[in-house]
Formats: sequence, structure tokens, C-alpha cells
Amino acid sequence: MSIRLKDITLGYGERILVNDVNADIKQGELTALLGRNGTGKSTLLRALAGLGSTISGSIELMGHDLSTLSVQQRSKLISFVTPEKIAVANLSCEEVVAFGRTPYTNWKGTITLEDRKIVERAMSLVKMSDFAKKDINHLSDGEYQRIMIARALAQDTPIILLDEPTAFLDMPNRYELCILLQKLAHIEKKTILFSTHDLDIALSLCDGIALIDSPHIHYMTTSDIINSGHIERLFSSEEIYFDPQTQRVNLKQA
Amino acid sequence: MARHTITFLLLGFLLILLFIVDISIGSTDIPISDVWNALTGGQCDPQARDIILKIRLLKSIMAILAGTALATSGLQMQTIFRNPLAGPHVLGVSSGAGLGVALFLLGAPILGFAHNDFTQYIGVAGAAWIGSAAILLVIVALSRRIKDIMVILILGMMIGSGIGAAVEILQYLSDESALKSFVIWTMGSLGDVTSSQVLLIAPIIVIGLLLSIATIKPLNTLLLGENYARSMGIDVARSRRLIFISTVLLSGTITAFCGPIGFVGLAVPHLARMLFASADHRLLIPGSMLMGGIMMLVCNLISKSMTLPINTITALMGIPIVIIVVIRNRNILR
Repeated sequence: MSIRLKDITLGYGERILVNDVNADIKQGELTALLGRNGTGKSTLLRALAGLGSTISGSIELMGHDLSTLSVQQRSKLISFVTPEKIAVANLSCEEVVAFGRTPYTNWKGTITLEDRKIVERAMSLVKMSDFAKKDINHLSDGEYQRIMIARALAQDTPIILLDEPTAFLDMPNRYELCILLQKLAHIEKKTILFSTHDLDIALSLCDGIALIDSPHIHYMTTSDIINSGHIERLFSSEEIYFDPQTQRVNLKQA
Repeated sequence: MARHTITFLLLGFLLILLFIVDISIGSTDIPISDVWNALTGGQCDPQARDIILKIRLLKSIMAILAGTALATSGLQMQTIFRNPLAGPHVLGVSSGAGLGVALFLLGAPILGFAHNDFTQYIGVAGAAWIGSAAILLVIVALSRRIKDIMVILILGMMIGSGIGAAVEILQYLSDESALKSFVIWTMGSLGDVTSSQVLLIAPIIVIGLLLSIATIKPLNTLLLGENYARSMGIDVARSRRLIFISTVLLSGTITAFCGPIGFVGLAVPHLARMLFASADHRLLIPGSMLMGGIMMLVCNLISKSMTLPINTITALMGIPIVIIVVIRNRNILR
């Protein structure tokens, strides 16, 4: 198992977000983390990345207990694409991607020839090779996300987490980005878990879905979750409903 | 990389050149041959020798130490707070040092403690260190809870102003001689140090600079923010501690002995960024060190020729640079 959650409980103080969650995510699978706003998607991703804490339970990454790993060891197993945008002057795309080599470089971060090759490959995998010398501030949101994914690839970890990578993208870019994630999972054998609100894209491209239904998480294959009834229940309101046949959210006609 | 090597060589050459010019020029005309002889221990007029060795050389060394230290500390703060307008002065760290010195020079006499030579010697520096470290800790504590960098900046300024008011009350209560020594301290001066003090200051600054070099890698990853730095295997808490120790050693020490010298720490890192067109601390740390030394030597030369306090000159030179940076970075600051 690539990521194993055992009786995980997450929350802040009194407020429990998810309770006693168990899930086993296999290597090389693309998994979408779905859930309404404020249900704990980011909290779960941060806990997995070792940036946040759990109330109880344990997390195993590639067979290692997360709590026993050093920051350094962890950084070789899991990489994280955060939703925050970097605003630093004079930073090229290539330099940002090369930061992914941090766990492997010496005390001042010297990029060796081998690192350089890995950086170039990462940039070509996300089809951003032509942007190597471009300033990170001069990218569109879609290009920026690709560079941040290349940085995660350069970190050379079996697991990649992404917190809402499609948030600011237009519709074609959302699909393109998720197709890219699918390819990286299936061809590069990366375990990729990303949070998103793009229900239809997630259902059409992901191998598995982790659906937060506070305080539970339903983790199952995409076809199972479509037929489980959970999505209808969670993503419907007085005005809209989810149709499992078309896998789309529709308006209730008056 | 070759281009950068040439830039560094040129900066190093300029620093040495300005150092020599700075020693050679002063209110007393001393022929360059005497300057050379005084430095190398050859034959020269004893009075000229005293001026060169006891006044000008110390002042020039202090200029380099101060410029190097303040610029490096400014760069560290700009990166760690992810704020192009951070610097020892703006974040209230200098005012913290000022409060420490004020409490020591002004407060102690009010409470009835007299200073002897020894307490004066150790105390001003110690008080400034403690003061700057205390304010830095407050800023760090605030920056943990408050994510908006502009809020932190405003709070830093407010803390600075608050401290300024507290210092004014102390000044109001103080007697003339204590007040005078404090006011002179606030004007900033490179010339008030003795050779034995330089022997104390220089190693502290070197330790601070070595620490800054040792934290180049964490500083670089912190450009992407703390979350990314941690996810890439950097022990952020430890790195931050080291960077703060370095900053307190650098800006605290210089502020203690030379007074609050503004704008060098804020402006020089931006000059380095422009010159190298890079955000890489492998270039910016040594670049800021060299350019900080150069800028302070230039300021010292101007201050000598116009007999103005060094503070006035650094402000006049630094403010236009800062204005340019703010205008150029509009989209980044938002």
C-alpha cells in the first residue's frame, strides 16, 4: 500500500472534521479528494504531508509510520503542491523546479548534472520545457500549476499530494491538468491524491474517490462511488441534484 | 556562472578601492605615502599615524562591518517574512535595540545606578542585543498567528513608534549628560568605537555572517514559503532560529555600537537582486555583503566631507532605492 490511513481522526480542538477513517490507497493510482467547503480536505492533505497533526490514528506512507519519519526522510516519500501562490521577484521556472531537488542536494543546494537532468525531465513531463528561463510571475494560472507539479516530480517521491490544483483554472485547463495527473499516476507510477471541487472531472478521470461525508470518508473506486448514492446525497440541494447516469449535476426543473 | 564571478571580483575590487580612498581622505590632509607607511608600519609623522590607525582605519573597518552586517540581516528578514519591505529598521528591531540602550543609558541613572567604564563597555551592546532580540521574538510570535505580511509590517512600525514614545518619556526624565550620550547614539556614528571594541565586534559579525552563509539553503527554499520548505525536508523551526540568531548578532551588534543606521538593510538586498537579476541566496548573500560594505564606505565618505551624521546619508541614499523597489514591485506587493 502506498498510503494507509488507520483510524484517523482530524479536527481542531473541540471540532472533529473526520472520525476513525480507514483507507488504503494503492501505488500508481489517481485519487480525488471530494467534499464540501470546510469538511477537512486541506486538513487531511496537510496531515498526510506531515504539515499538520492528527488527533488520533496513524498514517503509513510506503510502509513507514509517518510519525517515525524525520523531515528529511518524509521529503523523499511525499511531495506537496500547496494552493498558495509564490510571489518572488527574479525567480525562473527552472529554479523553482530545481528547488524540488532540495532533499538530495548539499548544504548550499548545489544542482549537480544529474539533478539538472531530473529537472529537465520533470519539465518535459508537464510539457513546460520551453518555459525554463521564464519568470515565475509571468505565468498563467495553468502554466503555474504545471511548474509546481514539475517541482513535485523533481522531488522524486512515490506520493504526490495536491491541494486544489484546478482552483483558478478555466475549463480546458482543468481537464488538461487532470489528464496530466492521470498520466503521471499511470505511466510514472506515482500515487497522486488531490483535492478538488470538479466533480465531473474527478468522476471521469480518477481511479478512486475519497469523499468526505463528515465525519466519515467514503473511499472507493470511481464506479462504486457513482452507484453508491453518496454523491446524490451530499451534492444536492433544493435547486440541484446529481444524476449518476450522466455523472453530472443538474438543475431541478420547476 | 562566469558572469557572476566577474561581478563578484569587480565588487571586491571596488570595496578594496573605496576602503583605501576612505582611509586616505579626511579633514586632515595626509599624503598617500604617509597613509601607506602608517598602515604598513613604515616611517611617518606620529600624528598622521595616530589619525590613520586610531581614527580612519577603525572607522573604515566599522563601515565595512556595519554595511555587511546590516545588508545581510535585511536580506534574511526580507526572505523570512516574505516581504520586500522588511528590514531591521522597519520591523522595529532597531527600535528594540534603541529601547535597550535607552533603558540602559537613561533608565539606569534614573533608578540610581551609575555606570563605570566596564558596564558602559559591555552594557550598551548587551542592552541592544536583548532589546533587538526581544522585539524580533514579538514579531515572530505575531507572524505565526497573522498570515498577512502587510499587517506584520504595520505592527512592526507601530511597535517601533510605541517604543519611540517610551524612549521619549525616558529622555524627558533623564539628566543632561545621560540624555546627551543617548541622543548622540541615535544619530549613528561609525567613529565612536575603540580598537578593543572593534576586536569584540568583528568576531561577532563574522559569526553572524557565517551563520547566514550556513542558512543559504533554507533561505532559498523559504522563498516558496514555509509549507514548501517543510515538505522539501527543511527543518523550518531550526533554520528560523539560526537565521534570527544571525540577524540579532548582525543588526543588534551594529545598532549597539553605531546607533540605528537606517535603510542600508532595506535597500542593499534590492540592489543585489537588481545587479544579479536573481533571487538565489547563493548570489544574494555574498552580493549583499559586498554591496553593503561598499554602500557604507560611500556613505562614510560623503558624511566625512559634509560633516553630517551617517544616518542622514544612509537615509538620503536608501530612500530613493526603496521608492523604486516599491514602484517596481507593485504587482508583487499587491
